Amino acid sequence: MTLPPRFQDWFTRQGWQPHPHQIALLQAKGDTLLIAPTGGGKTLAGFLPTLVELAEPHEGMHTLYVSPLKALTADIARNLSRPVADLGLDIRIEDRTGDTRASQRARQKVDPPDVLLTTPESLALMLSYEQAPRIFGGLRRVVLDELHALAENKRGDQLMLCLARLKALAPDVTVTGLSATVEDPQRLADFMGGGQVINADPGPDPDIAMLPTSQPAPWAGGGGHYAVRDVLAQVKQATTTIIFINTRAQAELFFQAIWAANDDNLPIGLHHGSLSREARQRVEAAMAAGELRAVVATGSLDLGIDWGAVDLVIQVGAPKNVKRLVQRIGRANHRYNAPSRARIVPANRFEVIECTAALQAVRERDLDGDPRGPGPLDVLCQHILLTACAGPFDPDDLFREVRKAGPYRHLTQEDFDACLDFAATGGYALRAYDRWQRLMLRDGLWRLRDPRAARDLRMNIGTIVEAEMLKVRFRGRGGAPLGEVEESFAATLETGDTFLIGGQTVRYDGLRDMVVEVTKQPTREPKIAVFSGLKMATSTQLSHRVQALIGDPTHHNTLPADTAEWLALQANVSTLPRPGVLVSESFPHQGRWHLAVYGFAGRNALQTLGLLMTRVMEEVGLAPLGFLATDYALLIWSLDPVTDPAPLLDRDALREGLGDWLGRNAVMKRSFRNVATIAGLIQRNLPGQRKSGRQATFSSDILYDTLRRYDPDHLMLRITADEARRGLVDFDRIEEMLARTLRLDHRMLDRVSPLAAPLMLEKGRVPIAGQGRERLAEAEAEALMAEAGLT
Amino acid sequence: MTPHDFTFDGHGLQARASGALFWPERRWLVVADLHLGKSERMARRGGSLLPPYETQATLDRLGAEIAATDPVTVISLGDGFDDDAAGMALPDTVCHALQAMAQGRDWIWVSGNHDPGALNPKLPGQVAVELSDGLTFRHEAGRGPDVSGHFHPCLRLAGQRLRCFLKGSDHLILPAFGAYTGGLAVDDPVLRRLVPQGLAIACAHRAIPVPVGAAKTRRRA
Repeated sequence: MTLPPRFQDWFTRQGWQPHPHQIALLQAKGDTLLIAPTGGGKTLAGFLPTLVELAEPHEGMHTLYVSPLKALTADIARNLSRPVADLGLDIRIEDRTGDTRASQRARQKVDPPDVLLTTPESLALMLSYEQAPRIFGGLRRVVLDELHALAENKRGDQLMLCLARLKALAPDVTVTGLSATVEDPQRLADFMGGGQVINADPGPDPDIAMLPTSQPAPWAGGGGHYAVRDVLAQVKQATTTIIFINTRAQAELFFQAIWAANDDNLPIGLHHGSLSREARQRVEAAMAAGELRAVVATGSLDLGIDWGAVDLVIQVGAPKNVKRLVQRIGRANHRYNAPSRARIVPANRFEVIECTAALQAVRERDLDGDPRGPGPLDVLCQHILLTACAGPFDPDDLFREVRKAGPYRHLTQEDFDACLDFAATGGYALRAYDRWQRLMLRDGLWRLRDPRAARDLRMNIGTIVEAEMLKVRFRGRGGAPLGEVEESFAATLETGDTFLIGGQTVRYDGLRDMVVEVTKQPTREPKIAVFSGLKMATSTQLSHRVQALIGDPTHHNTLPADTAEWLALQANVSTLPRPGVLVSESFPHQGRWHLAVYGFAGRNALQTLGLLMTRVMEEVGLAPLGFLATDYALLIWSLDPVTDPAPLLDRDALREGLGDWLGRNAVMKRSFRNVATIAGLIQRNLPGQRKSGRQATFSSDILYDTLRRYDPDHLMLRITADEARRGLVDFDRIEEMLARTLRLDHRMLDRVSPLAAPLMLEKGRVPIAGQGRERLAEAEAEALMAEAGLT
Repeated sequence: MTPHDFTFDGHGLQARASGALFWPERRWLVVADLHLGKSERMARRGGSLLPPYETQATLDRLGAEIAATDPVTVISLGDGFDDDAAGMALPDTVCHALQAMAQGRDWIWVSGNHDPGALNPKLPGQVAVELSDGLTFRHEAGRGPDVSGHFHPCLRLAGQRLRCFLKGSDHLILPAFGAYTGGLAVDDPVLRRLVPQGLAIACAHRAIPVPVGAAKTRRRA
């Protein structure tokens, strides 16, 4: 396909030349994946073939656009309306998300628009309708936006299953994936189910550097508050700045710190996932209108609408992974040919090294990314149930179709059968549900036993399982909620406790009708700012770079002088960690023995290693008392010294401990809840469904314990264990760490080493207490009894 | 698994960590809300296919309590079955296990709102609407003093949600004994009305007494 004259004229009238990649996409035959930096006219490139084709008449839906964000679909609809109007095209473009009105949805079923803009979840819902073959039968094009983001989680896996379904319904459909810069474009193309990769000109190198600060980074901690005034000075010089911070709690604290120093009252906003949707939308609108000079944000702003006015990105805290850093940098300056400007603020001394290593990687365009592994089976279970909602299906046809989805291209017949069995019968060793199967096989086709079940299954669509959230509101006043906190966080609050939300300190008054009631406490220091949320671990490649940088004194001149001196001192008193060598140190401190293991395997893996190693230490009588894990090192303290860490790091012993420990761990229960919800074993809690006074449903922990006891080989437990190994437990990275360890180098020291010193200051210590929870409950009950005079 | 001894309406009783109530003087063992057959009922209604092991899990725990206390009489305080059809559909293995447990003792099924109908003929014991013998036993709290179930009380202690007994001056409310049963917080208005002030006995590694509705004290986790 070539660009027709009227399109060429349109570009000329705008004073534009089509980008080469826009033309390449137009000329490509078959499926394509476009890799282009932000601001590269990616979306227009994706839609250009559609617009050209729709200059000719077409019946039914022609193009389906899928984006991870609802907000993006609305934005695209607006952006497309201009060329469509200018070109005089007669095209109906509509969006379809969870927010779309029921009447509009009903009409779209009967009379689909030419171009439909939607999200993965809404697409899955539409594919579960009996009318799906008619709605999508004439589809010619599919555009998948922000594919790099979708490919990072189960939403992408679900989308790829839906794509396989679309290709079965509309065999002539052409797929275009749009992605920001990624480390391995071919891998992303494989994820998409194959296709030709088109690389756009990546544009000029970004202008990126460490932010010079008036005082050096502190030894430990993660807040970056020492640099607040330096950050403010940068904000003052720029038009609009996004300040990225890694966690919500840190964002709240940094926001408070920056306002405390904001003598000029620059308009600075806050944006993160715990704020209410209204609060976030207000900030987004103010940004779009150019009313804010800066916004303090978490990953909640990693994607989304382009703000042309953003000319500076500041990353506070180590970026943890190079690819994300590059994508965040791309948020600054959405003009294609201007370099993005970004500054990095390490939060502590270790992070100075990590930031230096990350900057090198950015300059070398060496991106990282830990591959996700094959498509998860819980998502497949949901897909099978939704397929049954649309109508009876042949299992062999479905198996062949599913294997056309990139993440499932290596799916075995055995795993598919296990998922189908789970969907149909529950998959229990005790075949209890012969009469009440969810799916029945009749005439060679699987179908719903009770068609009314389709409604419940559709309510359960999606792969995002939210923690139970509670709204936070001012007591005795109406108005919008301030935000939401996780129920588990609310459960730890006592009347009078203060915490930060939406940039203000509030006092916890109580829980009423499932709403956390608070009053304003502007004068008091917040006691807590913890809404758990996951902490991301430093990527494998970046960890390796950090280790290599530390271990190579000839490169220490790239580090700030104080950091280089610190490492030189370490080399003097002990030794430097270096590639191939796992360095550990034992030293006494304040009457306790400490063991530091410089594993460079990321926080999650080192946390797991801490649990496994202390377990062995307990067995051999070294009396471990607690441990602490960072992205770089593990610190364990005990009554007796570890003189030889080798037995503690024995791979087989660790594996054995894992099987035993993993099963009882709270992390596993959390993973199980997600897996069981996605697979359709338990219903998700829908908003508004929970009311005060009703009996709460029993927790998924009970199902987990029951399964472990009576059906330990059940599919759900297998999926849970697989997921935990790769995710929060991250045992794969412990294995990786041991595999790259050629030898151990253990030092017995008479006092804390320079490298270990910052670890002593870190927060997040995990006490080892077998009966800890029971003792806590006992102590609390006793105190209450004593207070009530009942002892 | 240490139990907690207390008095209610002048009788010495024992709250067991399992959630069962034992009356040592009579050697009666009382359990509320077994909800046997719950997963079967969910499946029959087209809902999730939950792990079908909760009846076995509940019976295992009940068997352990009977072995530990050797009661003369066992009382199921209503909602023994998740509905009447679930009671009728119990597999033979379950009926046999219950018959073996009932060997040499009386077994009374107080009817509840879930299981108001007739008893599965394969099951031991007899049905009663309520029982008054020194103490009054019924499914849902009525005119006190009485011993009842129905509400599945639970409370939070050090961040964990635990099933609990709830004891006031008029009512003693038992926790649900069944495996797949949710709960109602003791400070819910419904339970507050029945027991404005009293004692909750939480079912943890042992039975832990905790005051409820006492004059507002500052709680520390």
